Amino acid sequence: MAMHKIKVTVNGEAREAEVESRLLLVHLLREVFRLTGTHIGCDTTHCGACTVLLDGTPVKSCTVLAVQADGREVMTVEGLEKDNKLDPIQEGFYQEHGLQCGYCTPGMMMTGYALLKANASPTEADIRRAISGNLCRCTGYVNIVKSVQHAAAASKSR
Amino acid sequence: MIPGPFDYHSPKSLSEAVGLLSQHRGKAKVLSGGQSLLPLLKLRLGSADHLVDIGRIPGLEYIKEDGGTLKIGGRTRESALEASDVVKKKYPILAETAAVIADPIVRNLATVGGNLAHGDPANDHPATMLAVGAQVVATGPKGERIIPIEKFFTGLFETALAPDEILTEIRIPAPPPKSGGAYVKLERKVGDFATAAAAAQVTLGAGGEISRAGIGLTNAGPLPVKAEAAEKFLQGKKPDGAAIAEAARLAAQAASPEADRRGSVEYKREMARVLTARALKRAVARAQGA
Repeated sequence: MAMHKIKVTVNGEAREAEVESRLLLVHLLREVFRLTGTHIGCDTTHCGACTVLLDGTPVKSCTVLAVQADGREVMTVEGLEKDNKLDPIQEGFYQEHGLQCGYCTPGMMMTGYALLKANASPTEADIRRAISGNLCRCTGYVNIVKSVQHAAAASKSR
Repeated sequence: MIPGPFDYHSPKSLSEAVGLLSQHRGKAKVLSGGQSLLPLLKLRLGSADHLVDIGRIPGLEYIKEDGGTLKIGGRTRESALEASDVVKKKYPILAETAAVIADPIVRNLATVGGNLAHGDPANDHPATMLAVGAQVVATGPKGERIIPIEKFFTGLFETALAPDEILTEIRIPAPPPKSGGAYVKLERKVGDFATAAAAAQVTLGAGGEISRAGIGLTNAGPLPVKAEAAEKFLQGKKPDGAAIAEAARLAAQAASPEADRRGSVEYKREMARVLTARALKRAVARAQGA
């Protein structure tokens, strides 16, 4: 089966790989680039644990081929922290206890990050709607919503 | 899960894509948003020797009004349909449908054309397109041909598209004055397929009577259901509670759902009735306010 040479910008860094047609984006990130912050949860497009940003838009990386990312920009949870400073979304989850087991957290944060880029002052309904494709089985979502709200407030005061 | 092996092609033009489909006739699948196809390949419920990705072909993502027709590019993402001002304002039935397909992250990749071309009666757009009387444009080696939506779905996961044709556009007639539509879906959770769902589009005449009604049902049988008996019954009727109740009863009769974890046959048929009534009520209210 055909192999493809691809170039992907991951968290601002140009990366190259030679991939099989069927390699999934999440496997490229985790196994080839060793960026294991992106989690594999259900592997069936439901849970959102594998959410990353593709050209700034949240996508489920278990349901995208690596070769589809050729020439595009990917941002993973590893790309949030800059110069040893947490992104407001990370700070929000830390301050508001937005996680228990932490499995859904990378996906939740990427969705929250993209939401705040598009809408700096989301209502609670906006937040709940945005994360409706990200499943959490621990928190009951209350603290996750608070975490995103915390990040929204913090982003504004920065 | 890893899909079985296949070759991936990313043509830069429509003619190149059609050429690839012709060359690998019957052994190739079109990759649009991939949100149904890739899960199918991963679960090994389906296989293909070749995937032809239409994602790098320019000019297939648009929503525009052209004369009396709304034209939606086949590769238009559901999230774009959901966010479109013209759709929200003039075609609320489409905006409501897009908003309940899968979940917001899936909708960032999932496409309107894919939702139809997949031929899944559990998908949401088929019922809506039946209700509004859409046409789809298929592009193949001999150019374009137009397929009326009621001739498009031919079997479970089967459509009127030839193996070397691509669904490139959906055309929806602009609603006349005094028109309204609605899509009402019952789902166990965000991202689930419908337990039952109903699409209704109505136009009222000068005296307030129904001059045209379109009704489609989701996940109500092996094919998307066009509730023709209910549509005919409503023609010329005052849109009151009694007429809506009778139309909903007729629509439910057209449903032939299967029992699964979402409910029994009886329950699903009853939900089809209740949801048809709700969709009609909302569609009529919108038509009266239009």
